[in-house]
Amino acid sequence: MSKRVVLEASHAVAEAVKMADVDLVAAYPITPQTHIPERLAEMVAEGELDAAYVPVESEHSAMSCVLGSAAVGARSFTTTAGQGLELMHEALWIASSHRYPIVMAVCNRALSAPINIWCDHSDVMSCRDTGWIQVFCQNNQESFDMTLWAFRVAEDAAVHFPVMVNLDGFILSHVTEPLILPDQKEVDRFLPAYKYRLALDPDAPTSHGGFGLPDIYTEVKYAQERALRDSRTVLDKGWKEFADIFGRQYGAVETYRADGASTLLVTMGSLGETAKMVVDDKRAKGEAVGHLNIRLWRPFPFADFIEAVKGVKTLAVLDRCFSFGGPGGPVASELRSALYDVAPRPKVVSFIGGIGGREVDAEAFAYMIDRGNELALKGTDCLYEPLLVRGLETGTGVRG
Amino acid sequence: MAMRGYKLSGEVPWNDIEFGAIVTEPGSASCKRTGDWRTEHPVIDNGKCIKCGFCWLHCPDAAVTPLDDGYFEPDLFHCKGCGICAAVCPKDAITMIEEVE
Repeated sequence: MSKRVVLEASHAVAEAVKMADVDLVAAYPITPQTHIPERLAEMVAEGELDAAYVPVESEHSAMSCVLGSAAVGARSFTTTAGQGLELMHEALWIASSHRYPIVMAVCNRALSAPINIWCDHSDVMSCRDTGWIQVFCQNNQESFDMTLWAFRVAEDAAVHFPVMVNLDGFILSHVTEPLILPDQKEVDRFLPAYKYRLALDPDAPTSHGGFGLPDIYTEVKYAQERALRDSRTVLDKGWKEFADIFGRQYGAVETYRADGASTLLVTMGSLGETAKMVVDDKRAKGEAVGHLNIRLWRPFPFADFIEAVKGVKTLAVLDRCFSFGGPGGPVASELRSALYDVAPRPKVVSFIGGIGGREVDAEAFAYMIDRGNELALKGTDCLYEPLLVRGLETGTGVRG
Repeated sequence: MAMRGYKLSGEVPWNDIEFGAIVTEPGSASCKRTGDWRTEHPVIDNGKCIKCGFCWLHCPDAAVTPLDDGYFEPDLFHCKGCGICAAVCPKDAITMIEEVE
């Protein structure tokens, strides 16, 4: 029997990992992810979860440990945030290049300096090109659901890539919400036992991590790039199966009240909830406004996105991190790039806010809609507009 | 990676590479021509050779092949030209000759 419970997203993720019946957890605690390893350690200690729990000495060790466990075919989980993700960085590439189906929850956190433990997306954006499948969650239910889904798709023989489940630090990780925990039998049906074909095995020896000289490296990397793009079919199939069993429908790009909308607010992560609330207010006033949530960040769903914004005039995009010296917010510049060859295309207006735990409230989203429409109409030569910077006049754009 | 019948890693097309570039065949490193890293190669003078096998024993790349008659032959497909064989030979029977294009 599924049951309705009240949990913070960290504990929801831990429940999902438990129900996935992982073989190994290796994690180093770091705010705001701490509650996930804490709860998992408790589950293992109390015998609720039959898994190895490895209390590693750093995040680099955590990732290295799951590389090893994944190589022998163990269902492996780790979790981190902010600086911890940065410390893992080089090992992230090994996970995706060796095609290990590791699942990692990242409680998104700002990067030092100055030291800041609160939410933004600087940590995950610096891992954008590491070859991991990357999804974002808007609430606690999604944090549970995406974690379960992550195991399902990562382990599919046609995918075999690690999956990063991003949930906003504190905003989700530490906030308590009602959610539905499914029945274990349903979970077992969705996520069958995992058998890794090329696991390290003395009876059938293989070597992982060989040397790739210039005469083969390009082919290996191209094969990896193609495989990540081709994994989309299975990612969608995973969401379809999830909906069939658990009744909740997810997609790579999700729209809210977008029918006939001329302006869409675009967010990735928990701010989608606030944005939808503002959309409701604006719709009540008769404005043609909707919301677009980007759930799948890598592999980026180009075709779905282009289809979803057909007929839209303005995209007001909120990014939660700076791209220093770059083309504006990372999400906004991705969308601009995706639309460059599309005609007619909506005007992409890039806003950067919600940095290091700074609140982005309903008023800010209402401003983004109005300002976005204004800039789309009169045009702008600015790369992006920072939100609510003390000492900076509202509406000051940044030029290249 | 699985060589799958290919003789050289430089012959394998992208879509015939095992996922994760995992090596499924033992000994596939022998398919890699490391001989082209060389700037000089050993030449053995069998007139001086006493068949002691020092060159064969000391070669870090197992690139000295013992022959049926007890002499030795450098395996130039793999030999990187390090010169250890020449250095350890007690009879100075091995000379390193510079590679010329």
